[in-house]
Amino acid sequence: MNTAIRRIWFASVAIVVVLLLALTYVQFFAAKTLEANPWNNRALYDQFGSDRGSILVDGVEIAKSVPSQDDFEHQRVYESSPLYAHLTGYFSLVYGATGLEAAMGEQLSGASDEQFYNRVVSMFSGDQPSGASVELTLDPELQQLAHDLLEGHKGSIVAVNPQTGEILAMASSPNYDANRLASHNTDEVVAAAEELNSDEDKPLENRAIAGDLYSPGSTFKIIDTVAALESGQYDTDSTLPNPAELPLPGTTVTLPNYRGGGCAARTEVDLEFALEQSCNTPFASIAMDLGQDAIRDTAENFGYGQDLSIPLQVTPSIFPEDMNDSQLALSSIGQYDVRTTPLQVAMMSAAIANDGVMMKPQLVKTVRSSDLSVIQEFEAEQLRRSTDPETAQTVKDLMVKVVDEGIANGASVPGVEVGGKTGTAEIGSEAGLNDSWFTGFAPANDPQIAVAVVIEDVDVTTGAQLTSPSAKQLFEAVLNQ
Amino acid sequence: MNAPTQAPGEKIIPKPRRITEFLLLIVALVIGIGANILVDPDRLVEDPTRIITSGAVLAGGGLLIHVVLWIRARHADPYLLPIAVTLNGLGLAMIHRIDLSTGQTASDTQVIWTGLAMVVACVVLWLLKDHRLLRKITYISLLLSALLLLLPMVPGLGVEINGARLWISIAGRTFQPGEIAKITLAIFFAGYLSTNRDLILLAGHKIGPVRLPRFKDTAPMLAAWVIAIGVLVLQRDLGTAILFFGLFLVMIYLATGRATWIVLGVALMLVGGFVASRIFSHVSQRLDSWLNAFEPEVYNRPLGGSGQIVQGLFGLASGGLFGQGLGQGRPDLVSYANSDMIITAFGEELGLIGLGAILSLFLLFATRGMRAALGTFDAFGKLLAAGLSALMIIQLLVVIGGVTRLLPLTGLTTPFMSAGGSSLVSNWIIAAILLAISHTARRPTLTGPATDEDYAELQAHTKATREGRGTNNETVDPEPTTELSSSVAGTRDASEDAGTATEAISRIRGRSGSPSPDPTDSTPEGGRP
Repeated sequence: MNTAIRRIWFASVAIVVVLLLALTYVQFFAAKTLEANPWNNRALYDQFGSDRGSILVDGVEIAKSVPSQDDFEHQRVYESSPLYAHLTGYFSLVYGATGLEAAMGEQLSGASDEQFYNRVVSMFSGDQPSGASVELTLDPELQQLAHDLLEGHKGSIVAVNPQTGEILAMASSPNYDANRLASHNTDEVVAAAEELNSDEDKPLENRAIAGDLYSPGSTFKIIDTVAALESGQYDTDSTLPNPAELPLPGTTVTLPNYRGGGCAARTEVDLEFALEQSCNTPFASIAMDLGQDAIRDTAENFGYGQDLSIPLQVTPSIFPEDMNDSQLALSSIGQYDVRTTPLQVAMMSAAIANDGVMMKPQLVKTVRSSDLSVIQEFEAEQLRRSTDPETAQTVKDLMVKVVDEGIANGASVPGVEVGGKTGTAEIGSEAGLNDSWFTGFAPANDPQIAVAVVIEDVDVTTGAQLTSPSAKQLFEAVLNQ
Repeated sequence: MNAPTQAPGEKIIPKPRRITEFLLLIVALVIGIGANILVDPDRLVEDPTRIITSGAVLAGGGLLIHVVLWIRARHADPYLLPIAVTLNGLGLAMIHRIDLSTGQTASDTQVIWTGLAMVVACVVLWLLKDHRLLRKITYISLLLSALLLLLPMVPGLGVEINGARLWISIAGRTFQPGEIAKITLAIFFAGYLSTNRDLILLAGHKIGPVRLPRFKDTAPMLAAWVIAIGVLVLQRDLGTAILFFGLFLVMIYLATGRATWIVLGVALMLVGGFVASRIFSHVSQRLDSWLNAFEPEVYNRPLGGSGQIVQGLFGLASGGLFGQGLGQGRPDLVSYANSDMIITAFGEELGLIGLGAILSLFLLFATRGMRAALGTFDAFGKLLAAGLSALMIIQLLVVIGGVTRLLPLTGLTTPFMSAGGSSLVSNWIIAAILLAISHTARRPTLTGPATDEDYAELQAHTKATREGRGTNNETVDPEPTTELSSSVAGTRDASEDAGTATEAISRIRGRSGSPSPDPTDSTPEGGRP
């Protein structure tokens, strides 16, 4: 019988070995596949259950994790959400993370390389590791003002500090409440997402940096001006032809000057007058004279076609390739297929204001680990030199005159040198509605703020009433601090 | 025990090794209570009542058994108790941990049952001075098994939980009598087979390579088997059915040494399983959710779907090699995480390494049990110890095979760990029986002059076996005997198979150096000169 007992023992050992092999297969070799299985909620629960770091603006939490009583131990809550929704994004069970929740996901969840030490410590202390908090560069009052100015309209406002690249305000309208998408009730989340996605006004899009992009309209004339001055063929004294209508080569249509302005008063103008009154034909002729490559080079120097992360991903602006002269003429006044983001337009003004140096726009000021030690701090960073200081100075002076004496007068702030440029992008709507632009900076001698304001689908008069005065309020808000 | 005065090296007196047991018991308590603290360290400061209570029960129970062993079974195996305490302590910690996530209070109940089970183990050890007492209740055990298995069918007493009628309800507490039945069945199998193995082996017709035993020799066994399996099929408990069938096969193999039985038995089980899957919808559903666990319609089936097994696999996978750490995973996402699926909870929080350690403890437990089986004299003790040890491994195979998708998942508890009073009581009784057998296996009983007690016992044994036995095992056992490395070196010639009085006497004679040709001369002479 002892032999039988020994054999049973061998069989027992064999069974345990087989069980260990089976466990090894499940826990080691198949683990990756099993963890990636869509039915496996563990990663989700893990991610959503963790004490995620807060996102702060001026010390106030705009996104935070609070303990919850459901299966997930924490619920993400967005304070004053419509105001910041496009920046924070949402942290959704159903749709994953967007906005800063995604871009700063590693830091917020405590998984970044800088937080490795904290993770090791919490592994031994048994505490749940908690994520880092992310403080933004935003000015909460300016953000609120931008938000209020866009109320009831479609459009976007971006304000940056030209000398540092800090983003002071970034608003997009219409907006949404991120809490609706961060709910742990998946039915509600799906319903909210369906409603927001089917909305024709696309409230989920951050128009400031992404979305469908805008035609820059006459704001693009700043780039024409820089290109003209850089070419050496033009200076502020150059005389430019200013026909009321410019026949477009190879077509039967003509390019007219802006009807409402003072362009009709002269048939020959200088750069100052052309910019002040935003005449189309002089810039079209400059562009056709310099050629599309020169304009494109200048546009790229100002950031067109370049990838950018702030750390939100910014859609690159587009200056078309392989155009004929008529297309180039239209492009030179920011029409045809030229596309841009409000941030790009603000960066252009900022670079002019900052002596031709474009600072890297950034949204994150400080990242602090849960023990409050700083693991990442804002550092002003030069993105590129957009133009030489002399050209920048010349264009800056021209833009100041546009506000002082030209059609952007609505943006002027008493006692302060303000530079700017308006734009009206015809979007081909039957009702004659346009996208109305203003971009500018203040004060000219020590620039504190550069802005881009765009309001969609307004007639020329309404647009003019909305954009420049909005910028004026933004300037005043910053300068009165 | 009187120390014999042989030359050194000739005979080694087996040490009781209770000190070893005590030290290991301390280690076991440190692991068990430490784990209970680690699941939520903050609780030690805020609300330590539960941790203190469960720690006190575990330590008190373990030390109580230790003391009882010191008094009643001084030479019992020193590893069995610490292993059982470790496993029980880990189980308490995990059940407590899952309570924290789900808001249940299963750990309080489990602490009560732990104390109760350990007291029952003490009682068993106290009463079971000699495990051969159990042989006297061979047929009572069969009757008891049948009664226990039928209890849940009694209207008003039985409770149906999740479509299986396995429980009885007494005073608001549910109890699964089938858990106790596995011990009584093992006792019956051991008792019957130790008495009748020769008849089963030798009488009957040989057909091909298989000698079929006579029907009348196997009828009681078959009756036991049919009762066990039949009742379990009616009660819809596949896990226990497989467990009993495995026990049945192992014990027949142990008694006869013929692997044909196992092959035949496994074949029968497969056929039975196939037939059952055709007849019973719950069996075919089990098979379906095993084979097609990742099919959406199987996974999403509201009842009898593969959700539990798939979630269990996710839990194991998230544990990986090192585990999430106690209290850091989400074992509560798996249904029945604290009972049938507790292995996935351990796999998630302690990882492959932790489960490896737990499996090693179980293997060591079974090994020590089989070691006792090798060391003990009598065929009954050998069969019972080896059978109960093997039962532990079969249960692990069914449980872990089920959660890893090696086998279909059937509801079975993990011994000592899962929440469930009947399972705890039953496994502690098994531990007590193994301890008792290991004591008889290791005690140096016959190195000195036989006491009156020994003599009376021997006579009783002689009488008892005479009545039932046919031939002398030793001369006809077809199985080749091999060298046994006994832990009690020199105290007995273990290459002999034991089981009858004749053998015992001849062994005594051989040891005392004065062989007697007369087996009835049962006065053994001591080793003392």
